[in-house]
Amino acid sequence: MIVPLLRIDGLHTRLGELRVVDGVSFSVMPHQTFALLGESGSGKSMTALSIMRLLPEVARIQAGRIDFNGRDLLKLPESAMRDVRGGEIGMIFQEPMTSLNPVLSIGEQVIETLTRHRRLHKRGAREEAATLLQAVGLPDAAKRLNVYPFQLSGGMKQRVMIAMSLAGNPSLLIADEPTTALDVTIQAQVLALLRRIQQQRGMGMLLITHDLGVVAEMADQVGVMYAGELVEIAPRAAFFDHPQHPYSLKLFAALPDRTQRDARLANIVGNVPALDSEFIGCRFAERCEFAFSRCREESPGWTTLADGHAARCHLLETAAVPKSVSVAQTIQLAVASDKVLLQVTDLAVHFPLHSGLWANRRNVIKAVDGVNLHIYQGETLALVGESGCGKTTVGKAIVQLQPATAGRILLDGVDLSALGKRQLHQQRAYVQMIFQDPFSSLNPHLRVIDLLEEGMIALGVEQNAGRRSQILVGLMDQVGLPSRALQRYPHEFSGGQRQRIAIARALAVQPKLIVCDEPTSALDVSVQAQIINLLKDLQAEFNLSLLFITHNLPVADYLAQRIAVMYLGRIVETGSSEEIITRPRHPYTQALLAAVPSLTRPAAANIVNGDIISAAHPPDGCHFRMRCPLAMPICTERYPDEMQLSGTHSVRCHAVAQAERVAGLN
Amino acid sequence: MSWQPVVLWTDALIFSLAGLILFAFSRKHPHGQLHDAWQRLIQMPMAVASGLILLVFVVIGLLDSLHYRPQLPAQPGHAPQYSVEVISVLDTLLQPLREHQEKTYSAPLATRLYVKETMVQPGGRVLRDYPRLQFGGASLLHPQQDWQRDVTNRIMRGSVIGVLFAALLAAVGAGLLAMRRKCGLGALYRQLLGENNRLPWRTALTTLTILSVVIAVMVELAAAYHVFGTDKVGLDVLYNSVKSIRTGLLIGTLTTLIMLPFAVLLGISAGYFGGWIDDVIQYIYTTLNAIPSVLLIAAAVLLMQVYMEAHPALFDSAAARTDFRLLFLCMILGVTSWTGLCRLLRGETLKLRELDYVQAARAFGVSDWRLMWRHILPNLYHLVLISVVMDFSGLVLAEAVLSYLGVGVDPAMQSWGNMVNTARLEMAREPVVWWPLVAAFSLMFTLVLAANLFADSVRDAFDPHGRQR
Repeated sequence: MIVPLLRIDGLHTRLGELRVVDGVSFSVMPHQTFALLGESGSGKSMTALSIMRLLPEVARIQAGRIDFNGRDLLKLPESAMRDVRGGEIGMIFQEPMTSLNPVLSIGEQVIETLTRHRRLHKRGAREEAATLLQAVGLPDAAKRLNVYPFQLSGGMKQRVMIAMSLAGNPSLLIADEPTTALDVTIQAQVLALLRRIQQQRGMGMLLITHDLGVVAEMADQVGVMYAGELVEIAPRAAFFDHPQHPYSLKLFAALPDRTQRDARLANIVGNVPALDSEFIGCRFAERCEFAFSRCREESPGWTTLADGHAARCHLLETAAVPKSVSVAQTIQLAVASDKVLLQVTDLAVHFPLHSGLWANRRNVIKAVDGVNLHIYQGETLALVGESGCGKTTVGKAIVQLQPATAGRILLDGVDLSALGKRQLHQQRAYVQMIFQDPFSSLNPHLRVIDLLEEGMIALGVEQNAGRRSQILVGLMDQVGLPSRALQRYPHEFSGGQRQRIAIARALAVQPKLIVCDEPTSALDVSVQAQIINLLKDLQAEFNLSLLFITHNLPVADYLAQRIAVMYLGRIVETGSSEEIITRPRHPYTQALLAAVPSLTRPAAANIVNGDIISAAHPPDGCHFRMRCPLAMPICTERYPDEMQLSGTHSVRCHAVAQAERVAGLN
Repeated sequence: MSWQPVVLWTDALIFSLAGLILFAFSRKHPHGQLHDAWQRLIQMPMAVASGLILLVFVVIGLLDSLHYRPQLPAQPGHAPQYSVEVISVLDTLLQPLREHQEKTYSAPLATRLYVKETMVQPGGRVLRDYPRLQFGGASLLHPQQDWQRDVTNRIMRGSVIGVLFAALLAAVGAGLLAMRRKCGLGALYRQLLGENNRLPWRTALTTLTILSVVIAVMVELAAAYHVFGTDKVGLDVLYNSVKSIRTGLLIGTLTTLIMLPFAVLLGISAGYFGGWIDDVIQYIYTTLNAIPSVLLIAAAVLLMQVYMEAHPALFDSAAARTDFRLLFLCMILGVTSWTGLCRLLRGETLKLRELDYVQAARAFGVSDWRLMWRHILPNLYHLVLISVVMDFSGLVLAEAVLSYLGVGVDPAMQSWGNMVNTARLEMAREPVVWWPLVAAFSLMFTLVLAANLFADSVRDAFDPHGRQR
């Protein structure tokens, strides 16, 4: 029998009064990856910090054993623990921007670990650092040792972090959401790197993530955490083939997918329970549709099924295995009319690089550089792209929060960008915005009712206070919040509820178009499903048009009728969502799709290389040519023209144009 | 009427400020974030203790700000005449201290003068010795034998009175609370002094007891002695240093009152509008910062002095003169000290301006001023409050430094700075006269320490980053 590398037994960690980790036991085998899957607040990061004994001051480990290489880590003195951290156990954090020290060069930071854990000095350490950076795919590593973190992109920083965690020759690597802050193409690169390094070094890995796709690509074993305890442990194949716990089933059903376009996403009603009291029954009982009386009285024990698959659920004991969660009724789809509501022509937004009295105003960043798009009444257009491609700027320019440098924005035939201040004020009600982060989009000092009324008063939507509050009560009902919530303050609500309030605020002024700027990317999967369902319902009810800005292609595919893909300030491909998802033509679209971790197909092999290029210095010709597998000489010469492939599908790529010409000739 | 009220400029300002603060507190607070912060603040033992000490200083300062002119002894056939001298309620309360003037220096609690004098004995013998004080320990027949016993007695009596007074206050408070909570006194006692209390009752009670004991002992001693001795012209040093409290408080609060509108308005405008407005405001405060502030203050004060001497008719009393000079000092300090807060607010506004809720309000077409008032200012409250409380102690100390340099308040006005200034010569004297400096130092130290500790608590309670603790 193989001895596990890390064995956690009955770990209890409390954070003040909160039972953040409440009896967690699992093992990580050598050469294998154990993925800890859970939503925010489920205690997965606290488990990792307990292993490293890096908990915040108010937290303490109450009970449990953490056996690593034959020692109980919880009994080691602090001095010995320092050898373990960064030595035998390496750790990678979520945020590469903040986990590197900005005033030390990356070489110094890697060498520091080498000196501490491998007793290497000077020459030897420098050479070893260069080798490590080479191994994590930093080109020209020996010369890059003197580079400072701010000179590197996010993906490169995460590579340096990985190199640092490898410096102590660890036998276990803990990766806490290593790719959550990265774009999909970069995420695919980093995941491939982690896989390769793990195979080369034969490390065990504990991967913490909330993303089922990442689990599918990386894990050998999966553990699902909910409210501080593990509810299901399974080998990957078994888990994705037949998940057992109702919570796992719900997680799968909440993922947007094109096969269920016409259906609602599964909601998990309610919230994660508060962790400050002792649980009597099953923690998931309140939100579980299969729950029966026993679930509320008795905490379920582990039921082991075949081949190491186990779950904590009373249903399994009685062998009444739930096969699938019921998905609510199909929703009526909004029928898009053929009336064009919004027509954006040659939109450009340039930011000056320097500001001030004597600044040189000729140096500009072309954040948006000639964007054309249109949205029909009642339709959803998804604008997809990686961070820094200018998609948010397009949204802000449409809502007139960002003055456009050039171009026309026609809403219902009125050119918004040409209006004076007073005329614009009258038009403001027609186009509204929902923001990404529900925590920063609501003023914490105002009550919900004041937040919602603000726009109505400023735009003169309803002057009568009594009628106004009637409208608001109705609106709260429509977004699924009780009307007494109007009197409360934003901090009393969870992220999903706050996003509902933000949606209600936008709806309060009766807009025709809502720009949704990544409204679900800060939310957990189950909450994301609720918000997406809500948006679909509201769209059908009010005949709204939505511009849905996102980096998440599956969500775009599920929600939108048409998708526009944006790269460095320009739209490179646009078409109906079916055309984009099933027959993508632009190499960038293809790369984006390939990079999305998938539950069904094996890990992508053709990952796009290189970093996202800064919009401050775009290359000549086609912007994508540096990363493009199909790049040709003509790509360096001029930007490709738009080419119509079908009534809805158009693309800007020399290679596609050439292929079409060849096909046309035959 | 046997007195005529006099309202000096600073009195009016300080009372309107106090009224404003009382009004803000008496309003029914909605349960917002600021309310939470106040709740957190009064739950901190340190905040309660230092706040109580500050409260004593504030009460003294306010009593000293109620000015009036007493009526002179009536002369038959004449309309009632009022004294030229303007005195305050505090002066009346401390009347004995004010009037018990010795000839010159005497040490704390002394019974004899600090300098030898030639005295003619009843027998016609001429003797050179330290003469008995007129008031300090005058009741003692044999100072050498009785002094120690008398002082100890008074300290004991004062302590007992202090403890009793604190107990009385506590009993009244407990009675009120028991009525409000509708429970027995025994239950209330267990509730309040137990471990799990929302408010730090034990700290409050301890501080209250210590304060009332100190005050009662002072009162007992001051009835028969000069607790901090007397100064060169024989005035009681305790009286001087207590009168200085008002000066210190005024400088600390009025200056912030004058500087706040500058800092808040300019800081928010610079951060919110950006562009050329930001440039102009930045240039103003960078220029102002580049001028050494002491020089600027000295120049302004000297200019004002010349003006006052040229126009003596503008002031109807000496008090009005000194008061005007104090107010002017506050103004010039305010004008030179708004830059720090302004810079801070500008930076924070730059950050807030980009936040989504401000963007959302702009998408609603909310006007700029309304946006600044509703969305930006409330989110800067904590910064303003923290920096006001932090600046307070710095300003009290600044007054001392400026008066020491001779460009501070009027030399005729009691202030710690003036006391320190005269102590410069007294320290060089042989034998050394140390008590005026010690008195000024200990009161200033208590005030500034309490203010600093309070400021720390305010920062902990209001800083959004420290909330997790």
